[in-house]
Amino acid sequence: MSSTLPYDIQSIRSEFPILERKVKGKTLVYFDNAATSQKPKQVIDAIAHYYSYYNANIHRGLHTLADEATADFEASRAVVQSFIQAKHHEEIIFTKGTTESINLVANSWGNAFLNEGDEIIISSLEHHANIVPWQMIAEKKGASIKVIPIDGNGKLDMNAFEKMLSKKTKFVSIVHASNALGVINPVEEIIALAHQQGALVMVDGAQSSVHLDIDVQKMDCDFFAFSGHKIYGPTGIGILYGKKHLLESMPPYQGGGEMIKEVTFEKTTYNELPFKFEAGTPNIADAIVLKSAIEFINRVGKSNIRKHEDLLLEHATSKLKDIPGLHIIGDIQPKVSVISFTIDGVHPQDLAILLDNQGIAVRTGHHCAQPLMQCLGIVGTTRASFAAYNTIEEVDIFIEALNKAIKMLK
Amino acid sequence: MESHPTISSVERSIIEDFSLFDTWEQKYEYIIDIGKKLPELNDQYKTEEFKIKGCQSSVWIHSFEKEGRVYFEGDSDAVIVKGLVSLMIQVLSGHTPQEIIDAPLEFIDKVGLSSHLAQTRSNGLRAMIKQMKMDAGVYLIKGRGIRDEGRDNTVNG
Repeated sequence: MSSTLPYDIQSIRSEFPILERKVKGKTLVYFDNAATSQKPKQVIDAIAHYYSYYNANIHRGLHTLADEATADFEASRAVVQSFIQAKHHEEIIFTKGTTESINLVANSWGNAFLNEGDEIIISSLEHHANIVPWQMIAEKKGASIKVIPIDGNGKLDMNAFEKMLSKKTKFVSIVHASNALGVINPVEEIIALAHQQGALVMVDGAQSSVHLDIDVQKMDCDFFAFSGHKIYGPTGIGILYGKKHLLESMPPYQGGGEMIKEVTFEKTTYNELPFKFEAGTPNIADAIVLKSAIEFINRVGKSNIRKHEDLLLEHATSKLKDIPGLHIIGDIQPKVSVISFTIDGVHPQDLAILLDNQGIAVRTGHHCAQPLMQCLGIVGTTRASFAAYNTIEEVDIFIEALNKAIKMLK
Repeated sequence: MESHPTISSVERSIIEDFSLFDTWEQKYEYIIDIGKKLPELNDQYKTEEFKIKGCQSSVWIHSFEKEGRVYFEGDSDAVIVKGLVSLMIQVLSGHTPQEIIDAPLEFIDKVGLSSHLAQTRSNGLRAMIKQMKMDAGVYLIKGRGIRDEGRDNTVNG
């Protein structure tokens, strides 16, 4: 098995053409993987191959190209199914990304089942994509939103969560791993507690799906969402997983082609799962190519990647702690390979500019989690996030560049 | 009457200053230095009203008109951005509204700072310029109506 092989970082790096790029005359150090990961050659080639060889609209065409495209589109669905251990292939819905997946559930489920006085629980760690859709549907239906508080390191207050739960709680939508801090939430415990009260739970897996082994059946989440572009795949494609009986009970999210069984001007009957939720011509190319991205992860081995990323995280954490005035936000276990920090007297934006001039890509700011930054009493952080192709040497280059930037700014 | 250098002559002297720098470090050390030297904006203007939207850092620009010329002052909580504010003030402050509106600001590209214009969402140099030109536009319209020279015609963002 791949887990017994040594981790050949140079061979992995050679699969990512972008890593050869120079930025401002320096070799790129890409530490913005939590925003989007780079793509291996097999993903880039698969996109070109689809458009060069068998581009066709799927599911209805009675010709060879349509058959081939349909077969690969559905094969990709099956690969995604096993990637997250879903029970049925029709529980896998192709969307544009995590954001659309959450909006789909908030709108479809929310419109059908949410009533005045109901409560939705989210946490202080949420990305705006897991806040705003719930605010919109809550406002429309007269429901309210409760927020699980955190401590200064981003750890959820589980006692507060338990107290928050009641028969009024209809839905809990929670991030698996925080994009801003990297901390991993105890989703299984949250799901079990919510289920005791009869509430459904959606897990935002945008950050977790690339690092952690996902088993939606074991986790027992009702919905799970993630994006292709954060798992070495293309942008514009994502996944919504939902338990079959729940998806079946939900009305369509959008109307159009593909999602219908029969249309007359008087009445339309809807197609079965998963097509009911895939109105219009889907993003065929990127859905097909998502399979190549997952095959890359499976070939290298998620646990091998995780071990490598943990080494990078550990090395970076210990080096960053040596810098006077630097505070790591979310320095707790367990976490994914994301490290977020502030430095006394240094604005994150200034750091980003000076790091960029040294060829280093990090993310600065509120990370689309403004309420979280308010909870932590900070304007933003600088965030370095690591992927399969990053190296210890790159971490050292980053630390050196960071020290240089701090010296210039102070 | 007091003579004022034109916007393009100020731009030329900035381009000259920057041409002395051999490395990106020298360029940014200079921007950081002028950022640190820019006088702090009076707290009464460091409010939401004067804040430029679309910047990752907080940027405030306050303007006033005196004898037909528009003057700017500004601040930021990020020092490089404050340096950019300082550069923009050097170039645009003390000119007539029409001159400010018409200024092509070619120096930004010539001194190698155009990347700051592209990053509209996070950086705000573009938003800063837009605000300063909008302020000038408001003074231009006001000037066509009543002449109220010498008064602090605070324009807010």
